[in-house]
Amino acid sequence: MQSSLPENLIKIENNLKSLTRTRSIYSFLSIAALIAVIYSGLIVAETGNATSIWVGLPKFFDYPVDLFVGSWEYGYRWNLLLLEYLPDLISTINMALFSTAMGTLLAFFLSIFSSRNLIKSKTTVFIFRRIMDICRSFPELVIALVLLYLLGKSALPAVIAIIIHTAGALGKLFSEAIENVDKNPIEGLESCGASWFTRIRFGVVTQALPLFLTYTILRFEINIRASTILGFVGAGGIGEQLYTNIQWKYEADTIAIMFLLVSTIIALDYLSSYWRKSLIGLKS
Amino acid sequence: MNRSEIIKNYSDIVVTKFSSKMWSTFLVLGIIVYLIIAILSLDILQIHKKWSPERASLFALDTYAYKDHVTMKWSEPDDIIISFEGSRWSQYVGPYQKSDGLPERYPEWTSIGPEGETKISFKNGGFANLYDDKVTIENWPDTKETLVFRLDAQGKPYVENVDNLPKWIRVTENKIEVRPSLYERVQVYSKKVEVHRYNLGWNYFWFDFDSPLEPYGIWNAISLSFSGDRVDPNISNFSLLIQEFLNNDMWHHGQILWALLETIFMALLGTLLAALLGFPLAFFAAYNVTPFKFVRTILRRLFDTLRGIDFLIWSLIFLRAFGPGPFTGIFAIAITDTGTLGKLMSEAIENTEEKQQEGVESTGANKTLQHRFGIIPQILPIFISQTLYYLESNTRGAVIIGAMGAGGIGLQLLGAINTGTSWENVMYMSLLILGVVIFMDTMSAKVRRALIGDETLGAELQLAKMAKK
Repeated sequence: MQSSLPENLIKIENNLKSLTRTRSIYSFLSIAALIAVIYSGLIVAETGNATSIWVGLPKFFDYPVDLFVGSWEYGYRWNLLLLEYLPDLISTINMALFSTAMGTLLAFFLSIFSSRNLIKSKTTVFIFRRIMDICRSFPELVIALVLLYLLGKSALPAVIAIIIHTAGALGKLFSEAIENVDKNPIEGLESCGASWFTRIRFGVVTQALPLFLTYTILRFEINIRASTILGFVGAGGIGEQLYTNIQWKYEADTIAIMFLLVSTIIALDYLSSYWRKSLIGLKS
Repeated sequence: MNRSEIIKNYSDIVVTKFSSKMWSTFLVLGIIVYLIIAILSLDILQIHKKWSPERASLFALDTYAYKDHVTMKWSEPDDIIISFEGSRWSQYVGPYQKSDGLPERYPEWTSIGPEGETKISFKNGGFANLYDDKVTIENWPDTKETLVFRLDAQGKPYVENVDNLPKWIRVTENKIEVRPSLYERVQVYSKKVEVHRYNLGWNYFWFDFDSPLEPYGIWNAISLSFSGDRVDPNISNFSLLIQEFLNNDMWHHGQILWALLETIFMALLGTLLAALLGFPLAFFAAYNVTPFKFVRTILRRLFDTLRGIDFLIWSLIFLRAFGPGPFTGIFAIAITDTGTLGKLMSEAIENTEEKQQEGVESTGANKTLQHRFGIIPQILPIFISQTLYYLESNTRGAVIIGAMGAGGIGLQLLGAINTGTSWENVMYMSLLILGVVIFMDTMSAKVRRALIGDETLGAELQLAKMAKK
């Protein structure tokens, strides 16, 4: 059969076969590597863990069941607990909102100085990018823990930590957005003799604003989680209440706080995806 | 055309409606009012009260410098203790050293003066001399004369023979503190005299105080490990080197590196498991692959629940089941990200181009092959870039979960900060975390660029681009 084919077709056929063979070898190798990583990782985890996976797995539902039984026994007054913890939730949201606002402002300035199409000096761009990298790479928790030790327990260290992290993380995304804007409006403005500020205001910001807002909304969602976690280590708000109630084994209160948190996160998730979609829709 | 004509002809463009003007004014006003409320409610203005630069600079100093202590009790002036960071377990000279029968290691910056006093030389060229009944400091900056500190009849310290003291000497009722700069400090109490001498660097980083390799230093120890003469006859030099490094009592390298490995594995395994679970499930949640609305709805709600219950709460639940350890972190990350990846991927699958699948169908391929060659090649770049993106953020997340009790470097860091004294360890661990996070960042960016090309586009933007198609 093959001998009846023209020579170049046979060549192609053989080439294809060898390519397929190499490919399957590669995929086999990568799957083997994947399995090896997972297996060795589970072994590392098994030795490092207090409880073995086979002991822990059946106990998975113990805690949720405890929580629900505890709050069932608490009775109908459970609803009032939601009201009781609402101020803490608001203070956590306040922390997140303020630090997102400040962080976004900082990120905006950082991103302008780290965009190649706005700044001619390569050194400036390099320095500002490294500043953003460092701000971004430290987990909020590390900065917050150190500041909590220095400033005492309050919301302030958490706010500063989140601002620093937000500035770095958003700054990178902002500068990517700025570097991707259409050049023509900027050049047009330049040809009219517009100053550097005017070019940024009308040439860059107008184009990148929808993306900026999209990223900021996404960040706000992330920062609510972050400020809850920082509450655990002493920044106050609903995180601290959650921590205390878990320590004291107040099941009903714990469930109430979890309920508040989860519903906030889910509500925000829907809201932000709705905003984001409408913003991106605007852009196109 | 003059101005009024332009306004007349293009009124919808040129003239801004009053209501929309008011709207933006109210928005700006609202933002300003909120910021004022937030600044007041978050105590931002109190920052100067809480922030003490002196305390902060001391902590900062501790992160990059170490200090040697010299302590003399007035009751036993002959038994001077010279130690590293004031620790009982690391005395150059002192009772611990003597009771173990070890030789006394007088540092080179101490000497015995003509009257038998102990002379301590400082980096600023000055000396502190410890006599049996007095302490003198000589040759210090902006003081020509030698200052003498003694105890008075009531046992309180006082300064002899000086009318106008330099600003850097503080005399209180029970204590005299001499601190011309951050690097030297002499404290005279009624019971004892304590001298701190600071040096830059991380001392005993490679080998701890009692290690047999300590006198050699790291480079000599490395070259020793290739030579024949054994430092410890029972063990080869190379294994001794590794063992002494990892079991360093002051820096706990073994423990910290293991914790770091745990944290990396938490992030890696969590993300891998999430990818392995989320990718197939995404197909069952996409309407162009799964015709059963029932299945799709259930999966969608499952994704929302997994994602909505934050990883914080998941890690609390897993912490109860598995106790502190990497499993808690792995499962908390895996469960949360299964939801996120599943949702993102199912949206991506629904946004794929139909034509490619139709093309595969026209060759007579069955459904599985259609999905394999019609859909997967379209979503694979997004899948990989999203997974790498989550791996990156999970590395930071794993540190946080660790601090909440799952172990790893996060917990070590929390411990080091809470002791409040080992700031050099805090710095060391922070740098390790920073290194790992930056490494993950660059690696994932490189892989992404190699696989996808258009790296400058953020993940969110890529999805948006895809949705527009």
